[in-house]
Amino acid sequence: MRELVVLSGKGGTGKTSLAASFAVLAGDAVVADCDVDAADLHLVLAPRPRERHDFVSGRQALIRPADCTGCGLCAELCRFAAIAMAARPDGTPVFRVDPIGCEGCGVCVRSCLAQAIDFPECLCGEWLVSDTRCGSMVHARLKAAAENSGKLVALVRREARRLAEEEKRERIIVDGPPGIGCPVIASLSGASLVLAVTEPTVSGEHDLERVLSLARHFQVPVAACVNKWDLNPEMTERIEAKAAAAGARLAGRVRYDAGVTAAQLRERAVVETDAPCVDDIRAIWNNLQL
Amino acid sequence: MTLAIASGKGGTGKTTLAVNLARAYARPLQLLDCDVEEPNAHLFLPGTEAASEVATIPVPEVDESRCDGCGECSRFCAYHAIVSTGTKALVFAEMCHGCGGCPRVCPRQAIREVPRRIGMVERRQAGDIALVTGRLDVGSVLAPPLIREVKRRLDPSLPAVIDAPPGTSCPVVTAVRGADFVLLVTEPTPFGLHDLQLAVDTLRELAQPFAVVLNRAGAGDDRVHRYCREAGIAIMMEIADDRRIAEAYSRGRLVFDAVPEYRALFSGLADTLLGGQGG
Repeated sequence: MRELVVLSGKGGTGKTSLAASFAVLAGDAVVADCDVDAADLHLVLAPRPRERHDFVSGRQALIRPADCTGCGLCAELCRFAAIAMAARPDGTPVFRVDPIGCEGCGVCVRSCLAQAIDFPECLCGEWLVSDTRCGSMVHARLKAAAENSGKLVALVRREARRLAEEEKRERIIVDGPPGIGCPVIASLSGASLVLAVTEPTVSGEHDLERVLSLARHFQVPVAACVNKWDLNPEMTERIEAKAAAAGARLAGRVRYDAGVTAAQLRERAVVETDAPCVDDIRAIWNNLQL
Repeated sequence: MTLAIASGKGGTGKTTLAVNLARAYARPLQLLDCDVEEPNAHLFLPGTEAASEVATIPVPEVDESRCDGCGECSRFCAYHAIVSTGTKALVFAEMCHGCGGCPRVCPRQAIREVPRRIGMVERRQAGDIALVTGRLDVGSVLAPPLIREVKRRLDPSLPAVIDAPPGTSCPVVTAVRGADFVLLVTEPTPFGLHDLQLAVDTLRELAQPFAVVLNRAGAGDDRVHRYCREAGIAIMMEIADDRRIAEAYSRGRLVFDAVPEYRALFSGLADTLLGGQGG
């Protein structure tokens, strides 16, 4: 089983447009959307959910006001500044946990002298297994302002692997999140190949270097491609030279093409349209030899 | 006045807006680059590097001569960052959030905290703009504590612009919390609208006031306009889908300098939101 993870560092370079096209070109891969913060692949692949599961992860401190003595030890110990003092109607202090700031460490729960703090599990989102026109898809939705996106990413990938085994699929295509932090690390560790998608801009250049060094750090083979390459041909060459020097295989270039946005508006993968850059995307897919 | 610039979707133009607003304000202000995974604002703001500091979080260190492997620390740790083997405790520092719980629960006082590097905080002066950049170390998972470190350098005597990371989870929340106003940058496309809606849900959850800036206006259709009208959200500015902007950005140039016809647009918004007679 081969698992391709499409990443970029910088957001908005075309990860999802490429991942959707690869899913169509592969035809029989399992597809996983690991950008659980802002998942968009479903807008192109129109998945029909066949399973829906809650994503419960981590815990959150909750002070029972009736039992809080107002001593303030919890607020003093909280390293995340998530506990603040409030006043009861009679003016005496009572402490409250800010559910968004709480990281679920449990220090306050353990330390409260009055044992006035509960520690329930959190519902952080949901994950789904769906059918699409190009195979099964695993995707997820993190609740607004929720935590644990890295754990949700790990879960989506685990399920995608399980499905691929069950359905005897050779390939998994993962649409990754932007950045290089927790959810990205959860997306790429142990993958067969990372495709880093960048654009010929100073930001694209800067962010690609960080993604390449992350892939190296986790010893995942990496290929790179430049989207909208003709926006700045000299920059494209410079980026390609740097990527090659950093050990990335050059998978190709995609031209600046209004057809990419047009495809998105029609809820189609780019390769399902007659946009000029379809040839570029096919060439990249073939070069990846997944 | 602290203005945060965020978006659900990446690559919609947060940094473009942040650096051009800061430039258009034309009076002293702070720009905090809280997109610590991929900080980019400095690429557009040449200036003199003032200082850089290492950012750390406290992580446990076990004194093996005292540890009897009782496992209390590993039962307590919510992040699986300290694991008891039965005879001793092993620390997985990269998983640690620095909550300080394990030294408190250890019955033998065998754990102390030591600093662990997660990234850098860099300062640079670019004209009137005091830029503070957080740069997460490659391989480090913990963006929020570094974002907090950047925000600790907020100077309350100056207006500030915060360039937030994309998304809707902990890093964005850490970056935008406490800001007086948030601008959500989006594009008139299906992805742009969908991720805008997620970002709106997040800001409503945080109960923070916000408005929308539409970038690449004209590139897609009117779906963002329709949504904003129906949801009662103001669109404070529209930036046209103009290849000259994309090319200026590509070279690390400010739109404000490279395409002067957009100056008034940025200056007007900077004055409205940051106050005073900038520009």
